[in-house]
Amino acid sequence: MSALSLRDAVSVVHQARGDADVVITTMGAAREWQALGPLHPLDLFFVPSAMGHATSVGLGLALAQPERRVVVLNGDGSMLMNLGSLVTITATRPAHLVLVLCDNGAYEVTGAQPTPGTPAGRAGGDSIDWVTLARAVGFSAVFRFDDLETWRLGVAAAMAARGPVFVHLKTTADAAAGGPRSPGPAPDRGRALRAALSR
Amino acid sequence: MFTGTQIAALLTRLGITHVVTVPDSTVGPWGDAIATAPGLRLVRVCREGEAWAVAGGLWLGGQRPLVMIQCTGLFESGDALRNVLHDWKIPIPAIIGYRSYLNQNFLPGDTCLVFTEPVLDTWRIDYKLITSPDQYEELSAHLEACLAAERPGAGLIAEGRA
Repeated sequence: MSALSLRDAVSVVHQARGDADVVITTMGAAREWQALGPLHPLDLFFVPSAMGHATSVGLGLALAQPERRVVVLNGDGSMLMNLGSLVTITATRPAHLVLVLCDNGAYEVTGAQPTPGTPAGRAGGDSIDWVTLARAVGFSAVFRFDDLETWRLGVAAAMAARGPVFVHLKTTADAAAGGPRSPGPAPDRGRALRAALSR
Repeated sequence: MFTGTQIAALLTRLGITHVVTVPDSTVGPWGDAIATAPGLRLVRVCREGEAWAVAGGLWLGGQRPLVMIQCTGLFESGDALRNVLHDWKIPIPAIIGYRSYLNQNFLPGDTCLVFTEPVLDTWRIDYKLITSPDQYEELSAHLEACLAAERPGAGLIAEGRA
């Protein structure tokens, strides 16, 4: 079993996404998504972002387009900033929302400082259990993958499960990786996505 | 100030599809009428900052959402509304309850009266203060104008208690 890098974790979703899927990326996941090739018309490259709000934007898109799969690639630091959104998601029960949490235990884009959810950031040296948390708040399907091989094998089932779906990926952090770069004016990209979704 | 039925009718007239909300004692009781109005959906979120991001996603997905919160939640919302309204220039209208404006008996010296309007000005939200039920049509016209111009706008509803 080999450790799962963020690039590998994201590339599996990149290969598995359907042409009609909306994919939202933020922070480190956005950086890696951008490195994998040109953006798809239904990509929401959530840069600039508000802290932790990719899940909420994804929920709005899933509620607006209930028959369309919406995939959110989020980090654990971002997730901790908007933990209540997990409850909002399960309260509204979007059937085709897939939340993929890339958990490296760090705020990677600012230099990989530990989050309060990881042993290095906690007085007790313990860590929080994302899978138990996701089940406790009511996600319909919960998956965990710790290495590239099992993630490749499991991605199709995770993406096809009736949602809301929560996928926990244990990934490695790269303190030198830096943040994502905006591919262009956000208002233009937002309007282009809205237009693409109205066709 | 207004009944839920009045607010639901106003939002329907404006073409609003979703109301994303955290309740308070004034706007909260409107929820049932909004949730049961044809063509309107009430989305309850856990924290007000979430409301702007959910509304932003709804707009990107082709809907016409509105955020309905108290001014205390406006204070919490800063980064979220900055991103949605100004980075992405998504024109989300809002109805915001103005705590203690009509009656400070419950919270004497409530600092909501100090900060609410300056914060709205700082975030460049074009708001209309509503202090009387007689201003129903003014509220409607203001929100309609903001929607037509695709600029951030709000109805600021004076409240009598916390």
